[in-house]
Amino acid sequence: MSDLEALISTADVVVCCGSGGVGKTTTAAALGLQAARNGRRCVVVTIDPAKRLADALGVPGGLTNDPIQLPIDEPGELWALMLDAASTFDGLVLANAANPEQANRILTNGFYRNIAGSLGGTQEYMAAERLLALHLDQRFDLVIVDTPPTRNALDFLDAPRTLARFLDHPVFKLMMMPTRRGLRVLSIAAQPLLRSIGKVIGTEVLADALAFFQAFDGMETGFRNRADEVIELLHGETTRFVLVASPRVDTIDEARYFADRLEDKDLVVGAIIVNRATPDFGEPTGKRPRRLADAALYDNQAQLHALAVGEHAQIAPLVTDTGRQPTWVRLLPGDVHELEALDTIRSLLFTGSAAAQPSR
Amino acid sequence: MPPKSENPLQFLTDSRVVIVAGKGGVGKTTVTAVLARAATDAGLRVLVVELDGKSALASLVGDDIACLPLTPTAALAEYLDTHGLGRVAKRLATSGVIEVVATAAPGIDDIVVLGKIKQLEQSGSYDLVVVDGPAAGHAITFLMAPANLLKLVRGGPIHSQAVDVADMLNDPTRSQVILVTLPETTPVNEVIETAESLRDDGGLRLGPVVVNAFDEGDDLPLDRATPGTPLYEAAEFRNARRALHRQEAKRLAEALDLEQIRLPLIAAQSLDPDAIQGLSQRLGARRE
Repeated sequence: MSDLEALISTADVVVCCGSGGVGKTTTAAALGLQAARNGRRCVVVTIDPAKRLADALGVPGGLTNDPIQLPIDEPGELWALMLDAASTFDGLVLANAANPEQANRILTNGFYRNIAGSLGGTQEYMAAERLLALHLDQRFDLVIVDTPPTRNALDFLDAPRTLARFLDHPVFKLMMMPTRRGLRVLSIAAQPLLRSIGKVIGTEVLADALAFFQAFDGMETGFRNRADEVIELLHGETTRFVLVASPRVDTIDEARYFADRLEDKDLVVGAIIVNRATPDFGEPTGKRPRRLADAALYDNQAQLHALAVGEHAQIAPLVTDTGRQPTWVRLLPGDVHELEALDTIRSLLFTGSAAAQPSR
Repeated sequence: MPPKSENPLQFLTDSRVVIVAGKGGVGKTTVTAVLARAATDAGLRVLVVELDGKSALASLVGDDIACLPLTPTAALAEYLDTHGLGRVAKRLATSGVIEVVATAAPGIDDIVVLGKIKQLEQSGSYDLVVVDGPAAGHAITFLMAPANLLKLVRGGPIHSQAVDVADMLNDPTRSQVILVTLPETTPVNEVIETAESLRDDGGLRLGPVVVNAFDEGDDLPLDRATPGTPLYEAAEFRNARRALHRQEAKRLAEALDLEQIRLPLIAAQSLDPDAIQGLSQRLGARRE
């Protein structure tokens, strides 16, 4: 059984990481398709707001925050969704608020809307939160996550802790600090630090922030507990990480960086996939022909062979770092944006290393 | 398509700031280096600004081009300092408040970075500032940050900074955005969306769109090979790739009313200043 086959049959959670343009989304979808073929009920989550997953799955109307089931003819099921961080956050607030009034005060707060929509790290945290929710959802037995194509994609491993840190933040504490009269700080003017911040960003923004922290009071515990559960899941026995790269120096460097970060966290790379590999048709035989047209054909095969050999050499450090043999998927002549093409990728992934060879 | 200009590098002198943007993996950094090289060789004083902290550019452009890595934290500290808020800066730094400030006013980090770029533009030390824009989907957020912040904040120094930066971004004689893509279906779809959003919603000037790693060349003569042989299959594969590239470049041209610069696919997988030099010479010679 290959790394990938084992992973797709035994894991409950699969996280795909890699830099942009390496075919990560397509890979996540293809893994999901194979899982469905093996009879599992799989949901693929994309965090990338680009329509890549919808494209790869051939979903015409695009994906939503709720999972939709794809029309495939397999023993299992394949579902897909695109994370909407803001609505996921709203859901968390609603679940943790003591009463509808508290939830409402938070949901309508300007500062909260900024956090929910655009705070760096919120998206990652919500991805982790959603991962847990889907894992607990009885409809699915495998969750595959397609992380955003950024260097900080793995921030979502830290995200639950980041939020906890945010709640422990000196400014948060300062804003929540009871005054001598037992009241919380209500006035910006009362705090020199807050006055300074207000000078820079404008006082109305700060007033919103204060109102948010006051409204949030009492909800920290619920958030923290949830964050702990998420962390536990990410480190669980049945969670696996898949590194996706293409055979170019920059994406391999990124993959090595991800591998390092995973190792730092005692997380294990379950499999490596190298996409978009130049197909190797071998060295051309005989001498280079004199006739121009024939020489062009000869040169082309030689060029592709040289590229393919170079690509294997470039992947070598990643193999050394992780001790995993990569699964190679060759570059296809066209793009993958329908289920049929996705099935081609799936079969390239799961028919072993022959995938890098030309079909003869 | 607009008429081709006499001098193919004309666009590099149309504005003093050029921001290179595109999704990850399309070769944005390569294109930044190529533009910087072409402009330097044309006699311009060029500064390259790097935002993603990877500092790959210095080794790509060669020793004669100045490179400046720019982080939000450094830009914010400098901004506060030059605005007589040095004490605030120190306080913000020591108490780790910057992230909270950035949360309260999203985009504040982008604005101080853009503000620093504006200062470099105005300094008169450079004829051209080429910015290797933020990676992945962050380009739109980054470039729209001033407009978005102005909706939220109505006064204070950051507000006026946002106004100044928005002025620069919306003035086609001062700045332009060069979008980079690959001649493949998904990257082309994405660049079309990004272009529309930056131009229509952001009011930004778009320079030529760069189609990177374009596999140019005539179709290989399949009739000279025997079907089923490696020679034949290699040629068939290459022809299919080239056909895809031509088709996607054409589709892009039909969808976007922008000049296209095609940079050839080069065999070297690791780039060095020589490769950049070669590409920059092609830039002057090749326009579609």
